[in-house]
Amino acid sequence: MSLLKLYFRSPSAIIGLLLLLLVLAMAATADWFYPRDPLALAGRPLLWPFTNPRFLLGTDNSGRDIAAQIFHGARISLLIGVVATVISIMIGITIGAFAGYYGGWVDTALMRVTEAFQTLPNFILLLVLVAVFGSTITTVTVAIGIVSWPASARLTRAEFLSLRSREFVQAGRTLGLKDAKLIFGEILPNALPPVIVYASVVMAVAILLESALAFLKLSDPNVASWGNLIGAGRDVLRVQWYVSAIPGVAILITVLAVSLVGQGLNDALNPRLKGR
Amino acid sequence: MTPILVLDTVSVKLPEGADRSHAMSDVTLSVAANEILCVVGESGSGKSMTANAIMRLLPGGVAIDGGRILFEGRDLAGVSEAEMRKVRGAGIAMIFQEPMTALNPLRTIGDQIAEMFEIHTDLSKREIATRVLALLEEVRIPDPALAIKAYPHELSGGQRQRAMIAMALALDPRVLIADEPTTALDVTTQAQILELIRDLQKRKGTAVLFITHDFGVVAEIADRVAVMSQGRVVEQGVASAVLENPQHAYTRQLIAAVPPLKAPPPRPLGTEPILTIDHVSKTYRTGGFLGRGQRVTHAVKDVSLVLPKGGTLGIVGESGSGKSTLARCLVRLIDPESGEIRLNGRDLACLTREEMRAETRHIQMVFQDPFASLNPRRKAGELVAQGLIVHGTARSEALARAKELFALVGLDPAATDRYPHEFSGGQRQRIGLARALALEPDVLVADEPVSALDVSVQAQVLKLLAELRQRLGLSIVFITHDLRVAAQVCDLVAVMKSGEMVEAGPIGEVFGNPQHAYTQALLASIPGRDFGLRRQAEVA
Amino acid sequence: MRVLALAGRRLAASIPTLFLILIGVFLLLQFAPGDTVDAMMAQMGGGDATTARQLREFYGLDLSLGAQLANYLWRLVRLDLGFSAIYGKPVATVIAERLPATLLLMTAALSLAFFFGLILGVVAARGVNKWQDTLISTLGLVFYAMPTFWFGLMAIIVFAIYLQWLPAGGFEDITVGLTGLARTLDIIRHLVLPTLTLGLFYMAIYLRIMRGSMLEVLNLDFVRTARAKGMDETRVVVRHVLRNALLPMVTLIGLQAGTMLGGSVVVESVFSLPGLGRLAYESVIQRDLNTLLGIVFVSALLVIAVNFIVDLLYARLDPRITAGR
Repeated sequence: MSLLKLYFRSPSAIIGLLLLLLVLAMAATADWFYPRDPLALAGRPLLWPFTNPRFLLGTDNSGRDIAAQIFHGARISLLIGVVATVISIMIGITIGAFAGYYGGWVDTALMRVTEAFQTLPNFILLLVLVAVFGSTITTVTVAIGIVSWPASARLTRAEFLSLRSREFVQAGRTLGLKDAKLIFGEILPNALPPVIVYASVVMAVAILLESALAFLKLSDPNVASWGNLIGAGRDVLRVQWYVSAIPGVAILITVLAVSLVGQGLNDALNPRLKGR
Repeated sequence: MTPILVLDTVSVKLPEGADRSHAMSDVTLSVAANEILCVVGESGSGKSMTANAIMRLLPGGVAIDGGRILFEGRDLAGVSEAEMRKVRGAGIAMIFQEPMTALNPLRTIGDQIAEMFEIHTDLSKREIATRVLALLEEVRIPDPALAIKAYPHELSGGQRQRAMIAMALALDPRVLIADEPTTALDVTTQAQILELIRDLQKRKGTAVLFITHDFGVVAEIADRVAVMSQGRVVEQGVASAVLENPQHAYTRQLIAAVPPLKAPPPRPLGTEPILTIDHVSKTYRTGGFLGRGQRVTHAVKDVSLVLPKGGTLGIVGESGSGKSTLARCLVRLIDPESGEIRLNGRDLACLTREEMRAETRHIQMVFQDPFASLNPRRKAGELVAQGLIVHGTARSEALARAKELFALVGLDPAATDRYPHEFSGGQRQRIGLARALALEPDVLVADEPVSALDVSVQAQVLKLLAELRQRLGLSIVFITHDLRVAAQVCDLVAVMKSGEMVEAGPIGEVFGNPQHAYTQALLASIPGRDFGLRRQAEVA
Repeated sequence: MRVLALAGRRLAASIPTLFLILIGVFLLLQFAPGDTVDAMMAQMGGGDATTARQLREFYGLDLSLGAQLANYLWRLVRLDLGFSAIYGKPVATVIAERLPATLLLMTAALSLAFFFGLILGVVAARGVNKWQDTLISTLGLVFYAMPTFWFGLMAIIVFAIYLQWLPAGGFEDITVGLTGLARTLDIIRHLVLPTLTLGLFYMAIYLRIMRGSMLEVLNLDFVRTARAKGMDETRVVVRHVLRNALLPMVTLIGLQAGTMLGGSVVVESVFSLPGLGRLAYESVIQRDLNTLLGIVFVSALLVIAVNFIVDLLYARLDPRITAGR
């Protein structure tokens, strides 16, 4: 059965894909629906949702349109999620591949570094990085990528460890293949599927990390981030709780979508594990 | 004799989308007390499913959909799950193929045997402890008092299987189902376990349903035989009658595929050596901290052998004998520690990695596992052409050559576009052979090339290998644990034990008149040895 | 004894890791705009260049980078974390004051996550693809996808503002000056929401792992052996599956100890808990680099300690560990 067909066998995977498409659509149409700067003053502050047709989701404590911030925030969340994930997975694969393939002292050294990154609480490292390099969207994205690679490195290493002694790799070696060819041509394509599935976890965590950072007012204040809005809403939490509640739902849906898609991919790639 | 267990036209259906609709169709069998019935067949014949159906331990989606399973007159197919649980273990007990995975790794042997009593009896803790000890003594496990407290990983394969047998026989079941209980074991251990099962069965009068793929084992142990194919019993009868005078064409074909133990008359061989193994050693050091408490394993210890041009040198031994390590040293997958490996006069052992990469075209390897040895993400043709491309042949030319090689190993040249999973096990092994032959090597190192194959497929691959050897003038190093296979393909043989070579020489001499005690023990352990020798007489 | 030796060896192996972290973060902080003296001067409301130079000399900040690093590490070996200019106390004292709240929060959240993750995972796996599995898995996914700080805020709205059952923040009620049991109960009341906030996220992870690992183990050969013995399903699960399925969970605790400590930064901020996480946040905002470095050191130590305990636990669960592989 084709991968696509296997994927669409699971209802939760379909829901995940639909939710993800919804968030993508929001990101894509943000400029079209809300061409103005979402952080600019738009109207009276603290309008409740559904009370004014111009501001469907109301306004926050600075009089900015919440709906506009949600739409534009989808862009930021997805952008940060995807870029940070790519950075983290690339670092993880490289380190994991070399450690797993070569073993010996290369493995020991690389795993020491990985352990160091796992021993230091990732959010504290993130705080340090932001404190040192500042909170622009670029530094925040790169910093999130840097703190979240160790797990994918471990995963890649484990795959490489089990694959490198597999007979087809040994056969490649007896044919005279060079190390680089063995790593990238023979082992990596076989090690990739679980790592790609894991990328969905990394992306979910990346989105959550950015929102937490923004909530603490340590992310880029000049972009419409959902976390920023939750942080702003905290000041008026007692009465106008919707300011914080609405962007939280947006994050929830996005992370849920990414997780469901990842799970669906996993089930499609390992049909053996499904339904037993 | 009245049968204890009767299968009456039992059918088991498979879930939709399986390769056939029924795992078992109208299977009728019976076992009486004090009798061993061997159910024999190749993989996919439904023989293991028979065992699972009797125990009603079928995987999800698989269900009995016809017939009766009568145990002491009661139809097990119809009883409640609670009733069935009372039968399992107490009435019908079971032992499995892989004693390592069949035991819980986190609990002691004694604990797991005691559980049998805890489930089915009201015995006190102390009574159970004495019974467990007595059982372990009965299965002749060394140091039973210690074995009670041992975890599965602390025992050897044979000891684990003894513990499994002790567990199965704890409550003196009327029926014992043994599902390939010796397949994962070495030949000498297998002989001991077979003897133990036979002995216990005689003493207790147990009815044994013994599932196996190996006609040697059948000849060794069976009172009666049922041959299965495609979920059906094609022939059953008294063991000697079925073995000596098979009626069904499928049985005949299966028995004909079992290689006889006696070597064919020797082929004329030159004396010019092509590969010389000279005092090769490889040791492994494990554990230990800064040199303290280190364990040293001599995987290969000072082995010297000569392979004459055009000859086939068999290296036989049990697991842990170092035969595979030696094979991997020859192609430098493992770097030997000392000694020389001279191929056409050039010492491979001292080459740098770069030099060895160039030298690989003269010595190639065929691997054991037809599934693991082919990269699942490359097309078959590409796999065969890969070596040529690495060594400088243009891609299109290499792919064309791959098609020729496919024809050479008896595969359809049009199949080069398919992926490995689209081929059967035997076909994959042919692809592996084509890949190794693509570089036109002088020496082929074959590491258990047929051990993972069913006996009829095995015969075909061996025949192909013999043909190619003749046609291409190949010199082969053939690693195997199966002495029957060795007898058929090898000119010379070396017997290895714990890393050392104990005996070597022309195969007819070594097998006909073994000098070393270990070689003698090895040959004596082969199940159905007399059967194998008798068959040789027929063939001759 | 062998168990202890094994875990001890792992502990010794984490010393280089600890140094790697400290050196890395120390060097990283050199890139930070402004140093401790700048922060102090800002605190004092400015000062002249001479004072600044004298202060730098006093704190050894005028030395070369290598010398500063060597100084720092040498002080650490003597467990001297330096002085916090912002709090006007030794860093060790500041951290010691903040540690109890974090330890309490982490222990409570971890227990909650582990206990309920285990139970829910088992229930879901036993009824795989049935309604209880669907319900538990969906709930797990939702808890996983919720940002913890947002869940905390929503919990405050519901339980502290509308229902007024629980306090909205703080570690204890200092206005009343409770002692003994009453004080303990008061602290517990304050910790309910933070524990739920931090714990439910990890519970979601644990239940997913436990469910998967149960399903994996249920498929192993020895489970078939157990069934062939005539055992009923409950007994099979309790006596054969559970302990094997627990192993990946236990490993995960060790791997996630760091992440959890990081998560407490956010939760402590939401509930204004005077803990280590909040201190980390404050020292970033106030550029108190000495304190930040101290927190890095202490949190790494905490994670190493958790991993030591996890190693001991794992070795007790799995006899194969001490067999030398």
